[in-house]
Amino acid sequence: MLSNSSMRTPLGRVRGLGSAKSGTGHFWLQRVTAVSNLILTIIFIGIVIALVGRPYPAAVALLSNPLVAILMLLFTLSACIHMRLGMQVIIEDYVHNEGTKILAVMANTFFAIAIGAASVYAVLKLSFGG
Amino acid sequence: MAEVKPAARPLSPHLQIYRWSWTMAMSVAHRVTGTGLYLGTVLIAAWLVAAASGPAAFDTAQAIAGSFLGRLVLFLYSFSLIHHMVGGLRHFVWDMGKGYEPETRMNMAKFSLVASVSLTVLVWIVALVLR
Repeated sequence: MLSNSSMRTPLGRVRGLGSAKSGTGHFWLQRVTAVSNLILTIIFIGIVIALVGRPYPAAVALLSNPLVAILMLLFTLSACIHMRLGMQVIIEDYVHNEGTKILAVMANTFFAIAIGAASVYAVLKLSFGG
Repeated sequence: MAEVKPAARPLSPHLQIYRWSWTMAMSVAHRVTGTGLYLGTVLIAAWLVAAASGPAAFDTAQAIAGSFLGRLVLFLYSFSLIHHMVGGLRHFVWDMGKGYEPETRMNMAKFSLVASVSLTVLVWIVALVLR
């Protein structure tokens, strides 16, 4: 138990802070990216089907098409945000040691950003002429 | 203040205590497929970087993707993607405050497996026909 030496009342201390300290922001962004993922994943599957068995020049031509490239960038962004949020929930559910949990949540963020940066770099490089 | 040891509190039982049900299995599957998709993004990013690196790297990536193991991973990845997507649709229904009746929950859980398996097979048929 915290000693109650502070002048602040218990209500004042917790007001505006849920157990997650961030309200419904996490939940809502998970849902927003779920909606965008739904649309973009169907498009992504279509792009991959169109790429199956294509030789290099044809594959590059398709991936560097402006519309395809923009959709791939949106898919990357949406998926990386969504997967970061989802993995954070899994970590918070199963990793109970506070220090390990903080490190794992941080590593999760780094992973999502690294995957996003690599994919965005690749799509832009293809788009802007290899 | 003297250290007060908290009494051993009862914990709610975890997965292994309960009889498996469709809803539970599909819930676990949602998490497992999500984790698989998360790890699999390494392969997607690697494939895109290979394409951006030039013909030699791209051909290597295509050869790996076209091998038996590569195709197996691709099949599991596509199934995970579609299963997670269909499972997400169930969550949208619940988010709207609907679909909580026991029978509806069971039916949606069963449907999500049937739909995701069928859609995955359909996607592969389309891909193989078009190539």
